[in-house]
Amino acid sequence: MRIKRIIPEKIVDSASVSEIPDLTLMDPLIEKYKTRKGNLIPLLQGTQEIYGYIPHEAFLKLNRETGLKLNEMYGVATFYAQFRLSPAGKHIIKMCHGTACHVQGVTAITDEISDLLNVKDGETTEDKVFTLETVACLGCCSLAPVMMIGEETHGKLTPKEASKIVKEIRRNEKFTENVKS
Amino acid sequence: MNKTTVIVGLGSCGLAAGAGKTYDEFHRIRQADKLDFEIKKTSCVGMCFREPLVEIIDDTGKYLYGSVDVKRVDEIIEKHIKNFSPIPEYIIESEKYKSEDASFFDGQVKITLRNCGHIDPESIEEYESRGGYEAMRKISNTNMSYEKVIQSVLDSGIRGRGGGGFPAGMKWKFARNNNSDKKYVICNADEGDPGAFMDRSILEGDPHSVIEGMMICAYAIGASEGYIYCRAEYPLAIKRLNIALDQARKKGYLGQNIFGIPNFNLEIQIKEGAGAFVCGEETALIASIEGERGMPRRRPPFPAESGLWKHPTNINNVETLANIPWIIYNGPQEFAKYGTEKSKGTKVFALTGKIKHGGLVEVPMGITIKDIIYKLGGGITGGKKFKAVQLGGPSGGCIPEYLSHTIVDYDSVNATGAIMGSGGMVVMDETTCVVDVARFFLDFTQKESCGKCTFCRIGTKRMLEILTRITEGEGKQGDIELLEEIAHTIKDSSLCGLGQTAPNPVLTTIKYFRDEYEAHIRDHKCPALSCKKLLTYEVIAENCTGCMACAKGCPVNAIEGEKKQVHHILQDVCIQCGVCFTKCKFKAIRLS
Repeated sequence: MRIKRIIPEKIVDSASVSEIPDLTLMDPLIEKYKTRKGNLIPLLQGTQEIYGYIPHEAFLKLNRETGLKLNEMYGVATFYAQFRLSPAGKHIIKMCHGTACHVQGVTAITDEISDLLNVKDGETTEDKVFTLETVACLGCCSLAPVMMIGEETHGKLTPKEASKIVKEIRRNEKFTENVKS
Repeated sequence: MNKTTVIVGLGSCGLAAGAGKTYDEFHRIRQADKLDFEIKKTSCVGMCFREPLVEIIDDTGKYLYGSVDVKRVDEIIEKHIKNFSPIPEYIIESEKYKSEDASFFDGQVKITLRNCGHIDPESIEEYESRGGYEAMRKISNTNMSYEKVIQSVLDSGIRGRGGGGFPAGMKWKFARNNNSDKKYVICNADEGDPGAFMDRSILEGDPHSVIEGMMICAYAIGASEGYIYCRAEYPLAIKRLNIALDQARKKGYLGQNIFGIPNFNLEIQIKEGAGAFVCGEETALIASIEGERGMPRRRPPFPAESGLWKHPTNINNVETLANIPWIIYNGPQEFAKYGTEKSKGTKVFALTGKIKHGGLVEVPMGITIKDIIYKLGGGITGGKKFKAVQLGGPSGGCIPEYLSHTIVDYDSVNATGAIMGSGGMVVMDETTCVVDVARFFLDFTQKESCGKCTFCRIGTKRMLEILTRITEGEGKQGDIELLEEIAHTIKDSSLCGLGQTAPNPVLTTIKYFRDEYEAHIRDHKCPALSCKKLLTYEVIAENCTGCMACAKGCPVNAIEGEKKQVHHILQDVCIQCGVCFTKCKFKAIRLS
């Protein structure tokens, strides 16, 4: 069982979570699924699509407006790997730990990225740019080892190449931030 | 003279290898140089090891180019398209040239993957130009009764390709025989086995074949609603399925009285899985569609009797459904021509791991594992020795080299203690430690156990602890026997397939590689030199340049030495983390 997902290792500081998100964004979603059978998972998926995670307030709103029970929603949200209960970084790095990637040495790559960003599996960097996650299989086994950042998949990696890709994203992020300020 | 056509393979693996950039580059140069050739896209032909793949069709024939990264595009356009002189060294296969890698296609029989890599998956016209929806037309035009459709599926002998191996026709018959005003057909596209990606490839490359398969099933069992349960990790597959469903609706292939068959109504929708391996189990999948935690239910009642929302439901895997239109159109005898007595037809395998030609292969049942690995797969990478092959993912097992003459059919594979599963074949060489592989799978099943059955929930956890202990050199006498005992208890007392098969990777590795377990426990040695904690690290004086990379990387300062002098590792300080080995560029660290 995924105990880790139920009790997060690192409790996110309340300051970053306490901003109440704009809950009206959920209205079209609720309208669409309100009366459908089996709507719990699509509602949670839709909510996560909007905010990047499922905020505490969103659960309460869903409970008020659809009648779904809080304990059922929480039960589902903690059962499936997809759902997060705290905000993720801008770029989610999914390290594939499928069989083929394991045999081809993905562990060393995850370690390298973990050292580089100073985060462990499932954690987000302090600047909220990256979240590091290990996933079961991305289905690109013949290009193992593989990692996915956003929608882009990178194959046939070495620790060096992987860290080069991550560093480049970080550089671009810093650059846009500087331009903005 | 016909227009030259360039077809770029844009499946997930192609895209990961940079095919998107290749595709854009063809467009860019065509526009910049005002050239007149057509650019099309297709999906994966299975030859993942030479991605990105580009096919060029001109008046002189077809040419399949491999490893076409952005840099090669310009050269190919210049030489092949502008000056009509193909470049033999980049060609994998054409009428005139045949590279060594083309042996990958020899011996393959493409039924399931008949359209993958040959059509634009986002075009219903291209699917229909290759016989698509002809099976449905055949049913409609010849007034084929549902009994006859079910009989054809039974006669073809096709068995569930998702892993169970249950005859698909039997399942259909049960669902048909249960009377209800509402029935469902579900396509199981929750391909969760790490190391298997055939379903993804089919959905990305030929989504209409799966939809047509579902239609035929719906007609046969009398269902009016369909679901495709697809994992969210496959965004491209979901995108292409949505396009295909829209096209089918527009053409009137979904909706009311489809294909002119009175009262045959069908609507299909996609359900995105939320990431849980156990949802590949059919009752858990149903629970998940209903919006609950994906926990398996007790069978009976089987879904054929009481499935989704308690209505009769038939669930088949993607690969099974993709075969159905072919079987109906060409007749069951054509399908049954391939394979062995009890396992008919072809099977798609995902070849990965330490193999030269990794990718998807479709072969007739009955071929030997050795032939798949050496003839199609080109053998082991880096001249290493073949050790074992892992078949069936976390529910399967390791088949050692000396049993590689085993033929692939459900019963022969089961006899080794592995299972056919969905067809993931991970090849391992002498540098792969089987104890570590067993630990890897238990780590997976332990995390994915839904927690309903105590033995699966706690048993897998205890097994993982023992295996971790062994790979870290803390193994105790009696550990192997303890593992076996827990394994059998979990198998006997779990409700669903996940628990009943979870111990298989451990049991098969103990069966075939007991000496390796013993070496770890008794001698604290890892024969494959893979378990870090059991290794000693030494500097090879002749190779060491004194660059200090290892000393800087060592987290416990266990490496001594001046700049440009040979370094030395203090064994009593070393924590066997392996950093020095990865940092060294001069192969100056020896493992033993």
